[in-house]
Amino acid sequence: MSATTVKLSSATISEKLLAIAKNVLQKVTQAMLLPMIGISIFLILWSITAQSIQTSLGEFPGPAAVATQFVTLYEEHTLEREKADAFYQRLQKRNAAKLAKDPDYVVKSRAYTGKETFLDQIFTSLVTVTSGFLVAAIIAIPLGIWMGLSKRLNSALNPIVQVFKPVSPLAWLPLVTIVVSAVYVSDDPAVSKSFLTSMITVSLCSLWPMVINTSIGVSSIDSDLLNVSKVLRLPALTHVRKIVLPASIPMIFTGMRLSFGIAWMVLIAAEMLAQNPGLGKFVWDEFQNGSSNSLARIMAAIIVIGFIGFLLDQMMLQLQRKVSWDKSS
Amino acid sequence: MSSSITATNTGKSRFLDISHIDMDFPTPTGSFTALKGVDLQIEKGEFISLIGHSGCGKSTVLNIVAGLYQATKGGVLLQNKEVNEPGPERAVVFQNHSLLPWLTAYQNVELAVKQVFNKTMSKIEMREWIEYNLRLVHMDHAMHKRPSEISGGMKQRVGIARALSMQPEVLLMDEPFGALDALTRAHMQDALMDIQNELNNTVIMITHDVDEAVLLSDRIVMMTNGPEATIGEILDVKLERPRSRLALAKDLEYNRLRSEVLTFLYEKQRKVENIHQKTATTTVQQQENKKQVNEK
Repeated sequence: MSATTVKLSSATISEKLLAIAKNVLQKVTQAMLLPMIGISIFLILWSITAQSIQTSLGEFPGPAAVATQFVTLYEEHTLEREKADAFYQRLQKRNAAKLAKDPDYVVKSRAYTGKETFLDQIFTSLVTVTSGFLVAAIIAIPLGIWMGLSKRLNSALNPIVQVFKPVSPLAWLPLVTIVVSAVYVSDDPAVSKSFLTSMITVSLCSLWPMVINTSIGVSSIDSDLLNVSKVLRLPALTHVRKIVLPASIPMIFTGMRLSFGIAWMVLIAAEMLAQNPGLGKFVWDEFQNGSSNSLARIMAAIIVIGFIGFLLDQMMLQLQRKVSWDKSS
Repeated sequence: MSSSITATNTGKSRFLDISHIDMDFPTPTGSFTALKGVDLQIEKGEFISLIGHSGCGKSTVLNIVAGLYQATKGGVLLQNKEVNEPGPERAVVFQNHSLLPWLTAYQNVELAVKQVFNKTMSKIEMREWIEYNLRLVHMDHAMHKRPSEISGGMKQRVGIARALSMQPEVLLMDEPFGALDALTRAHMQDALMDIQNELNNTVIMITHDVDEAVLLSDRIVMMTNGPEATIGEILDVKLERPRSRLALAKDLEYNRLRSEVLTFLYEKQRKVENIHQKTATTTVQQQENKKQVNEK
C-alpha cells in the first residue's frame, strides 16, 4: 500500500518537474534561442549577398571582414595610446632637462596631436549628442510646460513648432556653420567650432518632439486634479511644481526618448558635414579614404552606431522607470 | 412650493445663501440655460442633499458654490461674503477621488494641510492633524500607500480626509460614493454619519441614491429636469440621529420620505425625451462644463 503511494507521489513530482522544465525551456527559447536564430540567418544572408556585390573598393565586406576590422580598430587605438604616452614621456624629460639647466625656464606643455582613434571618436560623439540633447531639454521642457499651461501661447507658437519640426538637420547645418563662424570668435576657444556646430544642429532637431510632448502632457492633465489645485488655491509656482510637473512626467519622458533617438541620428549626419571628430567624421573619412578596408570599417561603425543608439534608448527607459510614478509606462 | 422659498428668503442673512442663480453655457447653437432661478438658504451644520435626474444641473450648482463656475446671474454668499473663486473653506470631495497618483494617502492630505495651515501650525501639529483626519476615515493603517495600491472605497476615504483636513466651512460632495459598489457605499455612508456626528459640518452632497439622501440629510433638495432646471421641492427629514439603516428600514416616516422622493423623481419629473436626444444634450452640456472649467 505504502509502496504505491510513494510511486504515485514520485510520479506527480516528476510531472511537476517536467512542467517546470517545459516552462523554463519556453522562456529560454523566447529570450535567447529565437534572437540567436534570427541573427544567424541575417549573418548568413549578409555574407552570401556580400560576395556577389563587387564595388570599386573590392568585394562588399561580409561579417568576417567586419569582425577583423573591429579587432584592427581596437589595435589601432592601443597603438595610438602607446604613442601618446611615449610623446608625453619625451616631453617631460625634455622639460626636466631644460629646468636643470635654467631654473627660470617656464615649462611648456604641448598636447599630443596624433589622430583620433575609433574609441576617441565614439567618446566625442557621445559628448556631443549629450550636450546637444541637454541644451534642447533645458529649452524645450520649460517652454513645453508654459505652452501647455497657456492656450494663447500654444496657439501663438504651435505653427512655428509644426513648421520647424520636419526640417532635416542637413538643411540647418550650413546656416549653423556660418553663424557659428561669425559669432563664436575667440583666441582661445573652449570648444572647437565643429563641436559647437554639430551640437547646435542636434539641439535644433531634437527640440521639437520634447516641446510637443511636454505641452500635450501638460494640457491634458485631468481637470479634477486642476480643480484640486484651484480649491487649495495653490500659488502658480507650487501648482507647476506639485501638480503639473509630476502629472506630465510620463509624457515628458516619452518626448525625451523620441528626442534622444532623433538627436543620435542627426548627430552622425551633422558630424559628417561639420567635421566634428566623432563617428560621423569617421564614416566620412573612410568614404573619402577609399582603401580596400574602408567599407568594412564603415560597416563596423554602422553596427556601433546602432548599438549605442539602442543603449541610449534603454538608458532613458531605465531613467524613466526610476523617476516616473507611472510604472506602467 | 414657491411660497415656502420666498418665506425663507425674507429671513435674516443665512450661513450660506445661494441666491437666484441663473447659469447659461455658450454652445455652438446659442446659449444653453442650465439653471434658472435656483435659490436656497442653508443653516450652519445642516446636511443638504441635492437629488435629480442626470443632466439636471446638480453638479453645476455645486461647482458654483465651490467657485469653480461663475453664475451668469445671481450669486452665492457664505457668511455674507460673496463667493467668486474656489477656496479651501469650501472643500470639494470629487466623484473620482482625484487624489494625486504620485503621492501617498498621507502626502495627499499633507498637500492640503500645508497649504491651509502653513502659518498657524507647527510641523508636529501638522503631522498630528493629518494623522487625525486619516484616523477619522479609518485610513491610518494604509496612510503611506499610493492611490494605485488601495481600493476605490479607500481612495474616496482619503479624498474625504483631505477635504475635512482643510476644516472647511462648507463641505461639498459631488456624488462621493457614486463609483462604489453597494456594500462599500453603505460602509461609507455609515462612516460619513459618524464623522458628521463628531464634527457637525455644513454639507452639500449630490446624490442619485434615494436611500442615501434620506439616510444622511437634514433636507433633501429635489431638482427639476433641465434645461432651465431649478429647485422643485424641498423635503425636511426629521428623523432622529444617530440613524441606523436597519432600524429605519421598517420606519414609517423613513418610508414616507423615501416614497415622496421617488414620486418626485419618477412621476412629477419623469424624463420624457427620447433617449438619443437626451444623451446628445447631456454630452454637449458636459463638454461645455469641461470647457468652462478649463478656461479658468
